[in-house]
Amino acid sequence: MKLKYGSMGPATLLGLPLLWALFSIVIPLGVLLAHSFFKVSYPIFKPAFVFDSYATIASDPQYLQVIARTAKISVLTAISTLIVTFPLVYFLVFTVRSKAVRSLLYFMIILPLWVSYLLRAYVWKTILGQEGVLNSVLMYMGITDKPSGLFLYNQIAMVITLTYIFIPFMAMPIYAALERIPMRLIEAAMDLGMTPLQTFWNVTLPLAMPGVVAGVIFTVCLTSGDFVAANLVGGPSGAMVASTIQTQFGASLNWPLGSALSVIMFVAVTVLVAISERFNARDRINLS
Amino acid sequence: MNRLGSITLGVWASVALVFLYLPVAVLILFSFNDNQLMVLPLKGFTLGWYEAALGNEMLLRSVRNSVIVAAASTLIALIVGTAAALALDRVAFPGKVVFRFVILMPISLPGVITGVSILNMFSMMGVGLSLLTVVIGHTAMLLALVVTQVFARLQRLDRSMEDAAGDLGASPWETFRRVTLPNIRTALIGSGLLSFIVSFDEVAVTFFLTGRENTLPMYIYSSLRQGPSPELNAICTVIFAGTVVLIGISVIFLRTGKGAAT
Repeated sequence: MKLKYGSMGPATLLGLPLLWALFSIVIPLGVLLAHSFFKVSYPIFKPAFVFDSYATIASDPQYLQVIARTAKISVLTAISTLIVTFPLVYFLVFTVRSKAVRSLLYFMIILPLWVSYLLRAYVWKTILGQEGVLNSVLMYMGITDKPSGLFLYNQIAMVITLTYIFIPFMAMPIYAALERIPMRLIEAAMDLGMTPLQTFWNVTLPLAMPGVVAGVIFTVCLTSGDFVAANLVGGPSGAMVASTIQTQFGASLNWPLGSALSVIMFVAVTVLVAISERFNARDRINLS
Repeated sequence: MNRLGSITLGVWASVALVFLYLPVAVLILFSFNDNQLMVLPLKGFTLGWYEAALGNEMLLRSVRNSVIVAAASTLIALIVGTAAALALDRVAFPGKVVFRFVILMPISLPGVITGVSILNMFSMMGVGLSLLTVVIGHTAMLLALVVTQVFARLQRLDRSMEDAAGDLGASPWETFRRVTLPNIRTALIGSGLLSFIVSFDEVAVTFFLTGRENTLPMYIYSSLRQGPSPELNAICTVIFAGTVVLIGISVIFLRTGKGAAT
C-alpha cells in the first residue's frame, strides 16, 4: 500500500472516518443482513442461515400487498410531485427575469426541505382530520353541514402529504438541469421555425430529463422509506414497507423478518440510485 | 413563449407556492387562536398555548434532550466529516471509491434502514439504547452532509498557500489550523447549522435508537396519538421560526465562502 502524503498525516485523516464509517454504517448493515437469515425463536431469534424470512415475504400475500401498496403510493407521489414542481421550476428559470426574485423564490421552494419532516406531516393531519381545518372551512361556508371523516386516513391523503413533503427534493435536480440549458439552443430552435410547444418537446424536455429522472427517483426512494407520514395520515389501511418494518421490530417482535424487509428495501433503493447516477453520467458526456 | 402559455404557467406557479405555504400559515394562525378546537370562526388572539407549552415539563425535557443530541452529533460529524473530506481531497489510497460511496450512502438511504441496522448492531453487542445511541445514528447521517460541503470547498481552495506555509517551516498541524481551517470556516459553520437542524428534527432514526428519553420530535410524534392540539401548533410554530432563522444564516455562510475561497 502506497500513500501519497498530504499536509497532514494520512493515517490520522483516514483512520477516524474509516473507523466511524465501519462502526456506524458498514457493520450495522452487515449485522442487518446476517439477522435476515436468522431463525425466529423465543425471545427473539437464534443464529442460523435460513431463507425463512424471505420465503415468508415471497409467499404471504400480506407482505406482497404491502410491497405493492408502497410501490403504488411511491409512484403516484412521484408523479404528482412532478406535476406540481416542473411547471413551477420552469416558470422560475425561463419566465422570471430578475435574478434576485428568482433566488428568493428558489429559496422559498427549497426552505421546507429543512423544516421538520414531522411538522410537514403533522400540518396535513390538522388540515384533513375530522375536527380539522378543511372540514371547518367547508361547514363555515355552508358547503357541508357536518364534519366528514373521509379526508384523512386514506391513500389520497398520503399522496397529498408526501407530495407536499417531497417538492423540494424534486425541485433541486430539475432546477439544476433547466438552468444548465443554453438559451441559444432554444433560440436556435425557434429561429428554425419550431413552435414553442415543439421547442419544449424536442429541445427543453430532453435536456431536462436527467433532472426529472433524479427527482423522480429521489421521491420514490424517500416515499418508500417513509413510515412517519404514513402512520399519521394513512392510518391502518395505509401501511407501507417501512411501517411494516417498524412493526416487526416493535409489537410483532420478528427481527429476522424486519431485517429481511430492510435488506430488500436497501437493495431496491441502491439499484434506483445507481440507475439515476448512470443517467446523469451519460448526460454529462453528451453535453460536453 | 406565447402570452396564454406564460399566464397559465404563472398561475400554476402561484398555486404551487400557495400549496407550499398555506398549510404553514394555517398552523401558525391556529397557534394564536383562543380555542381548543381548530375550527372557524376564529375566537380571538391568545398566547395561552405558548404559555402552556412553556409550563410542560416533559416537553421542556425533550427539548433539552434534542439540543444535547443535536449539539453532540453536529460536533462529531464536523470533526469526522472534515477529516474524511481532507482524506478524499488529498490522500490517495486504495478503495477510495468504496470509502466515498459508504460515507455518502446514508444520505440516500431511508432513515428506517439506518436506524434499524444500527439497532441490530447494538442489540448484537448487548449495548442498551440511550441518547448516546441516538447520537451515533444521527452522526452517520450528518457525515454525508458535512463531507459534501467541506469537500466542495476544499476542491476550490488554492493549495499554494498551504505549500508556502510548509516552506516557511509550519508543521502540518499549524498549516491546517492557520491556513486551511480559516479558509473552510464558513463551510464548517454552514454545514454545522444544517446538521444541527437535521438532527434536531430527526424522527425515523431516533425512533429505533432512543431508550427511555425522548427527543422533541419523538415527544410530538407520541403526543399525536391524542390528535392535533393548539399547543402542538405553538411548538411547531417555534420550530418553524427557529429553522427559518438558522437556515437563513447557514445559506449566508455557505454562499459567502464561495467567492472567498477562490
